[in-house]
Amino acid sequence: MTGTNGTHDSNGAHDSNGTPGSKSAHDSNGAPGSKGAHGSNGAHTKGASGTPLHLAVALDGAGWHPAAWREQGARPGELLTAAYWAGLVAEAERGLLDFVTFEDALGLQSAAFHRPDDRTDQVRGSVDAVLLAAHLAPLTTRIGLVPTTNVTHTEPFHLAIGIATLDHAAEGRAGWRPQISSRAADAAHFGRRTTPLLTEEDVTDSELIAARLRELFAEGAEVVEAVRRLWDSWDDDAEIRDAATGRFIDRDKVHHIDFQGTGFSVKGPSITPRSPQGQPPVVSLAHASTPYEFAALGSDVVHITPHDRAGTTAIVAQVAEAVERTGRDVEARPLRIFADLLVLLDDEPGAAAERLARLDETAGAELTSDAQVFAGTPAELADLLLDRRSAGLDGFRLRPGTLPHDLTAITRGLVPELQRRGVFRTEYESTTLRGHLRLQRPAGRYEAAG
Amino acid sequence: MPANHKKQVHLAAQLPGIHNVTVWSDPRSGSQISPDSFIRLAQTVERGKFDFFFLAEGLRLREHKGQVYDLDIAGRPENLTALSTLAAVTTHLGLAATVNATFNEPYEVARRFATLDRLSGGRAAWNVVTSYDAFTGENFRRGGFLAEADRYTRAAEFLGAARELWDSWGEDDLRADAAAGEFVRPGAGRFAHRGQHFDIAGRFTTPPGPQGHPVIIQSGESDAGREFAASDAEVIFSKHNRVDVARSFYRDVKQRLARYGRSPDDLLILPTANAVVADTDEEAAAYAREISRELVSPQTAIAHLEAVWGRDLSAYDPDGPLPGIEPEDDAHLLKGHSVFRKGRGETARQWRKLAEERNLSIRELVIEVGGRQTFVGSPHTVARAIDDFVQTGGADGFVLVPHLTPGGLDDFVDRVVPLLQERGVHRDDYTGTTLRDHLGLSDAPRPARWGGPGVRRRRDEKETSA
Repeated sequence: MTGTNGTHDSNGAHDSNGTPGSKSAHDSNGAPGSKGAHGSNGAHTKGASGTPLHLAVALDGAGWHPAAWREQGARPGELLTAAYWAGLVAEAERGLLDFVTFEDALGLQSAAFHRPDDRTDQVRGSVDAVLLAAHLAPLTTRIGLVPTTNVTHTEPFHLAIGIATLDHAAEGRAGWRPQISSRAADAAHFGRRTTPLLTEEDVTDSELIAARLRELFAEGAEVVEAVRRLWDSWDDDAEIRDAATGRFIDRDKVHHIDFQGTGFSVKGPSITPRSPQGQPPVVSLAHASTPYEFAALGSDVVHITPHDRAGTTAIVAQVAEAVERTGRDVEARPLRIFADLLVLLDDEPGAAAERLARLDETAGAELTSDAQVFAGTPAELADLLLDRRSAGLDGFRLRPGTLPHDLTAITRGLVPELQRRGVFRTEYESTTLRGHLRLQRPAGRYEAAG
Repeated sequence: MPANHKKQVHLAAQLPGIHNVTVWSDPRSGSQISPDSFIRLAQTVERGKFDFFFLAEGLRLREHKGQVYDLDIAGRPENLTALSTLAAVTTHLGLAATVNATFNEPYEVARRFATLDRLSGGRAAWNVVTSYDAFTGENFRRGGFLAEADRYTRAAEFLGAARELWDSWGEDDLRADAAAGEFVRPGAGRFAHRGQHFDIAGRFTTPPGPQGHPVIIQSGESDAGREFAASDAEVIFSKHNRVDVARSFYRDVKQRLARYGRSPDDLLILPTANAVVADTDEEAAAYAREISRELVSPQTAIAHLEAVWGRDLSAYDPDGPLPGIEPEDDAHLLKGHSVFRKGRGETARQWRKLAEERNLSIRELVIEVGGRQTFVGSPHTVARAIDDFVQTGGADGFVLVPHLTPGGLDDFVDRVVPLLQERGVHRDDYTGTTLRDHLGLSDAPRPARWGGPGVRRRRDEKETSA
């Protein structure tokens, strides 16, 4: 099986065909192009040195390679323990990262995008990401905590108070990644409704998938809007504790939201007072025009999955079009664009590619991903990030291939490299996730002017 | 530890949420929403070796005369999220949350409790409640009205479905065997439940935590509620904190257990209670009177009266007599409050009778009927009263609700707990790691055994048979 080595190009990155999102039009020539683009990065680094780079990591299981759990140093028996996650998040915070995301879904993990599989050779099993993030809140002090939740089968009210509570617990470091449920099998876990059953053909192309799921995205956007209104339903100064009149709150400062969606309604107000950030940043992952629109409607950060510099430019333009279509005022409400990369990092040139080959061999298949796969040195990755950034990105969400190895390589290899180049913070300068992202804290929409 | 045959006193604590149980105007009253408050109170009662910390649930702010009710503390966290935070800053304390079986789905609830049990190392408990309340339902997709008769059938099926989900992972289904390349056993998490209220199937994501099932708490008072508790619950939150009534409730519920193949020790009855502690009995009594008065402001007194009478009574003097007029039967002035469901006409008659007998003003009457300062006195008086209450068959312990957040149990933990320990009725330290250990409960029922009498095993039986 060592022959799979030969399928990787010299920098270790490879295309990720066959997976949703990977075959979009902008992904014209796959990964090999990324190496070639490095030559121009110096100039871009210089030009962009005024604004610091944003960096997040996506934590999931033993890492994003399906065979990561079988690596030396992996702790596969501990993936669902609090201590495992506490160690990872502490490491990410040591690296001064903007935030970590926690993947989640209502169904068991599957290698197939659209349906459950019965595989037993990959990580299966997960815990609720909001509760996990809340658990990690008092064990950390600065890093943003961004759990994923489903918005198709859950109640907007529960989602709103859960994330607001996380923001209280983390004193302003909560984010939220709303995700629609694209697997029809998830619906059977609830028994209340059905959702489109995607076919093999549907999932060959991210635009096709998105088209089939358009109604769920539309409903998801309504859920995000309802949640945001619930977050605004208490003014900051609603609690008055006025002993003279016997009033604990000023009832004129808590508001029914009376949200009417196409398929649901929420009366409000929230039971949870306005949280430290008011509106915790909303983060979404998008691969096609419909989800770009979903992001433009309700997200503060959108994660995209270009596979090269040209692809980055193309997707950034598509996101801008979506912003235009939805009429979003990006001056008042900036939309930060992060690119996702699945990374394997080793200091020794070539070592990461060898490791990837070994992992692929263990897995019995070449790694595929919706995001570009990068295997190389931290310095090479720094080159790539700075080059890509100049195509219109605010930052990156890195998906460590194996944990803790590739997370540690990010925090102790990549971050110092970026700091040396003057493009990454050397200490946290703010205490909230909004602060890290340079997003203003918004006023509640129901607050009386003046 | 002296050998004795006395019953142990189980103690739990609740951070007060809504209702007039908190003196929020006291300068020592802290935030009801800041994580510091929850952490401080939880760590205090863990120092006192309490069994668990409890958070109630609110899913809609109460409304009075069509407006958000503004006289009591309002605003609280989502309770499972808050308890997950507390799991990180406590080591032994049980963590209990009310979660409504009406506005949730079994898959999600089972997943969240399995998560809390894992994150806390086996300390989760679920207070299963149902709602009859379409008012609260307006915040949810599914609405929420359930006929009274359907409430417990849905709750029982909900709990049954949750148990099937927890049982869908066998004890060693999570293999994580890197050498063999087998992370899970085939079919781990597979479930299918078909019933009157739920028809669900698939794969459950979350292997249960150390307790297998969280401890199940219930608080119904009706016959159906008592029966549900006898068949399915492991702790009852009772509201009976007068010892004579409490004893008859205790006897009634405990004798119902046998028909489900359960022993009296399988269900603990814990009334909600307050404790007011001072150096002397006299000082404590004076302090208790002061607290009562602060809990019922003139505005609160009128609001409570309006809730029962169903009329605008703002013209009445809170320090004057009760109104002579009759209640409006259908009016519903206070929404989201469950106290006055039994018929406002009957409640009004009882209140008027009490006020006339004792010559009480409106405010004094509301203080009288709302008061639940069960234990008032010096540390010795309170410790003795608690011990006596438990030893004479009134309860297995108490859920203490402090009148101040977050420092309201400091005196109790520092001054009463040591006396209970001296009396040999409260643990000096935790002897187990899970909430089931603290409560002396058997292991949760295992798959295939669930559903009939005699399925539960005591912990010691499991150890010898394993």
